[in-house]
Formats: sequence, C-alpha cells, structure tokens
Amino acid sequence: MTAWFKRTEKGIQTATEQKKDTPKGLWYKSPTGKIVESEELAKNYYVSPEDDYHVRIGSKEYFEILFDDNKFRELDSKLSSKDPLKFEDTKKYSDRLKAAQKKTGLKDAVRTAVGKSLGKDLVVSCMDFTFIGGSMGSVVGEKIARGIDYSIKKGIPFVMISKSGGARMMEAALSLMQLAKTSAKLAQLAEAKIPYISLCTDPTTGGTTASYAMLGDINISEPGALIGFAGPRVVKEATGKDLPEGFQTSEFVLEHGFLDFISHRSELKKKINLYIDLIQNNPIRE
Amino acid sequence: MLLDFEKPITELEAKLDAMKKLAQESESDIAAAVKTLENKIHKLKEETFKNLTRWQRVQLSRHPDRPYTLDYIYEITDDFIELHGDRNMGDDKAMVGGLGIINKKSYMIIGQQKGRNTKQRQMRNFGMANPEGYRKALRLMKTAEKFDIPIITLIDTPGAFPGLEAEERGQGEAIARNLKEMFQLKVPVVCAIIGEGASGGALGIAIGDKVLMMENTWYSVISPESCSSILWRSWDYKEQAAEALKLTAKDMLSLKLIDGVIKEPLGGAHNDTKAAADFLKKAILKEIKALQKLTPEERISQRIDKFCDMGVVSE
Repeated sequence: MTAWFKRTEKGIQTATEQKKDTPKGLWYKSPTGKIVESEELAKNYYVSPEDDYHVRIGSKEYFEILFDDNKFRELDSKLSSKDPLKFEDTKKYSDRLKAAQKKTGLKDAVRTAVGKSLGKDLVVSCMDFTFIGGSMGSVVGEKIARGIDYSIKKGIPFVMISKSGGARMMEAALSLMQLAKTSAKLAQLAEAKIPYISLCTDPTTGGTTASYAMLGDINISEPGALIGFAGPRVVKEATGKDLPEGFQTSEFVLEHGFLDFISHRSELKKKINLYIDLIQNNPIRE
Repeated sequence: MLLDFEKPITELEAKLDAMKKLAQESESDIAAAVKTLENKIHKLKEETFKNLTRWQRVQLSRHPDRPYTLDYIYEITDDFIELHGDRNMGDDKAMVGGLGIINKKSYMIIGQQKGRNTKQRQMRNFGMANPEGYRKALRLMKTAEKFDIPIITLIDTPGAFPGLEAEERGQGEAIARNLKEMFQLKVPVVCAIIGEGASGGALGIAIGDKVLMMENTWYSVISPESCSSILWRSWDYKEQAAEALKLTAKDMLSLKLIDGVIKEPLGGAHNDTKAAADFLKKAILKEIKALQKLTPEERISQRIDKFCDMGVVSE
C-alpha cells in the first residue's frame, strides 16, 4: 500500500524548545473515570459534577471556599522546619524539606489565616497533603498552637482542616509531642469557650486523628474521606482480616459516632457558620 | 533469653559458678582467683552497658524477663487494689490500673500490661490497648482527681492496638481525649516509661507534670522496625532507624522532651526487679513531693507550658 503522506526529511526536525506540549491540568479525571474541565471543577468547589467525587485540595482552595472574596491574612507564614535530629534515611530530611518546598511553593504542611467568612472573623488552619504527606512536625504543631492562641486572644472561632498521614517520622519524638502541644492549646481554647470546628478531610490518619482532628466541639467531614487512627494497610496486617467495604470512610466514622455530620463541599461555608451562629446564640447569617 | 551482648557476661558468670563449685569440692583456696574474675565480670558489665547502641537499648526494653507494670506495682506498693472497666464497653486487659498505698499514702497507678507467657501475652494483647483501655485510664484518673489522689502512670507499649474494632470504637478519639483531659487534671501526674514508649499509644497516658524514662527504654513516634519499613521500604534497617530516631532516655533528655532518667541496676532491670522498682519508686515519689508544693493551677499551667515549648522551628 502506498503511503498517504510522505516524510521528505528523516527524523523529528522540531527543536525541543519549539515543541508544543499539551497544557497540563486542563482536565481532571476522577477515580470513577469521569473527566471534567479544570475550570469547571474549580467552579464546582473542586467536586467532580458527575460522580460527586471530592477532589483532594489544599489550603489555597479551602481558603478560597471559606473566606469572603478569597480575602484573608496569613498568620505565622514564615515558620519553617529545621532538622534538629539531622535525620537521614534513604534521603536527608533537610533535602526532603527543600524538595517539598520547591515542589509545592509552601513552607510546610499547614497554613493559618484569619479573614471574614459570611462577614464575621474566622481563624482557619488548613493542612496541605502535598507537603510530605501532610505530616505533622514541629512547624505544624507550632502553627496550629499559635493559631489557637490568636483565636483565644481575639475571641474568634477556630476551624482546623486536617489532611494528614500523621506525625512526621523525620522529627521523631519532637513530632509526637506536637500531639500533646496542640491538645494542650485546645484545652485552653475550650476553657475560653470559643467554638472549635474540626473538619477531617481525605485523608486524616495517625497522630492527627489521635489529637486535634477528634477534639472539635463538632467533628465534621466531606463525603468519602478516609479517617482513622491506623491506616487500612496496617489494620489489615495486624488483624489478618479483610476489611469491610467502606471501612474508615467518613460515612463509616459518622455511623460509629465520631462525626457530627458530613457536608458536601459546596455547603461547608454555610454549615460551619450556621453552627457558629447557633452555638453562640447569634442571629443566623445568610 | 539472652541478648547477643549479654552472652560474654553470662559466659564469664558460668565460669565463675564452676570455679566456686570446684573450690567447694576440692576445698582448695581460690578466693583470689574468684575475686579477680568477679571484678572482671563487673568491669565487663559496666563497659557493655555504658556503650550500648540505641538498638541494643530497644532490645533491653523488650527483654522477656523485664519487669512489667504489675511487677512494679506489687514491688512499690504495700497494698494494691486493681480496678476494672471503662463503664462503657468492657475491661481492657492491656491497660491496668488501681489504687495503691506507698508509705501510708494513696496513689492511683495506671499502666499498660504485657504478658509473660503465650497465654498471658494473648490476654494482654501484647500490651496494646484498645480504646476502652484509654477510657478506663481516664476514668481512673478522674476518680483520683475527685479525691485528690496523685496519679502515677507506667508506660510500656508497642503501640495502641491497630485493630478493626479499635477503629470502630474510635482509637484516635480515645487517645486525643486523654491528651486534652490530662492537661486539665488538678492532681500531680508523674509518668514513667518502663519499657517501650511507642507513639500515640504511649502518649495517651503520658501527659505528666514530670515524665521520666528508665535507663533502658525507648520513646518515639514510631518503632524502629516500622520506621525502617516505611522510610527504607524494608524491615532490615531497624538499627539505622533506631539511631536516626534518637529514641533513648539520654536522647530524650537532651532534646528536653522528658524530665529525667531513672537509673537501672547494672545489667538492666530484668537482672534485679527489686532494685529497679526501688529506683523507680524513689524517683517518682521525689517528683510528687515537689509537685505537691504547687497549687493545682500552677501545676496545670506549668504542664501546658512545658509541652508547648517542645519542638524546634525556624522563624
């Protein structure tokens, strides 16, 4: 068969710098295979419209969702991790930190901000899973602690958005003590009678679950999020049993009594503020 | 059971025994030789135990002959009554607690309990508590607070149990609640790591005005084995992981994450339970005595401040 097109010059002639890439991130494919345009996804609170899949998002997106007109002031933004133990496994911790900062443009795995939500002040600490698996080390603990301090000082309700694999191994016992530190601060927040809303998002596991994530006046979540103390793989290994379907999903955790409700992401802002108005006996904001 | 580094010592000890026996039988005078050998053994023990690697300390902390929580409780109290149940779900055998009398004063003593043989180990779930264990511990602490009785916790766990039912019953919530509530306890709380201090499962009863560690114990965010499996993707790097985690009593003290190290008898606690219990008792009572001079408010704010100072960040 004769060729329809004939190559007159051999090989690829286009210079690399002139190569046209398909623009990245134009489409998103959900785990069920639904494809959605990125712009449309953002408009839909980063929820895939066809199957309602809640895409994992970070502090940037949650701030955008919760704060009016995406206006907020970040607190303690300069805090970053040191490597006090000179920890080294297959890589140096200091190198991991640098790589994570470069990749994500973030200083560490949590950001705290204060801004108006439905017209009233709100302090939000939100974890970023893209930064070393949202692991909790000294910086995460300290920033949450300072966020709570700010809430206490100003009398502003505190929202914690957890998204974390647990404590950061590379800071060993220093990380472990962040569970204690954040819980101590939450005890003070409770003493001051300031509402604390804990939003557990996909995933919330390990030391995060064993501290601030479970200590809210209300603990809430989004549909289909993984929430647990031990991760599913560890549970399976420890018990040698097959895990029941839906094990450790937010629906499962709600059913077992550890969540107050599950909210669709598009309803989060409304529901959090409604709770705050009700618990503080204030007129309900629209 | 003998650990590798214990072998040269026990070999010499066997030699010493043989020598003594021989001396008895032959009635020959070998007192000088016995003395020399005894000195040699003592010196070897001192050298060995002074220079243990972190992994060797981990091995000692898990020594099957090491005293467990109830062994210490029976040694240090003149009388003890065990109290059971979380009033909600059941009685967790991996977490024990009760009232004990020491020098005519009452203390609430709580700790994880491991088993000595296969049957016991199963019953005690290898010292891995379920949520009801943490809830039982909290119930006992609240009772102690109500009657103004100081609290002693003894920590020895390879971790909170990662089981299916533990997840259903809220393992994370149970530990989290203990952390928060322990910060608000009005009575003195002194905690001692007596064996393994693994992560949240240990911390769940370890929020104290003073936290002490015995000499041959470890305390960290993860066990060296699990750390090796996650970060090195192999179980073979536990020694390196132990080094990297800096998990010994000495390390923890220099990181200012604990308040003191309790000496153990030469050769480790398993060589002399009575002596180990005596060191433990003295250290704990000394701390409680000092804490009783403070008001409850002072204790609580110092307890909170101490833990809030932990961590290293760059501004």
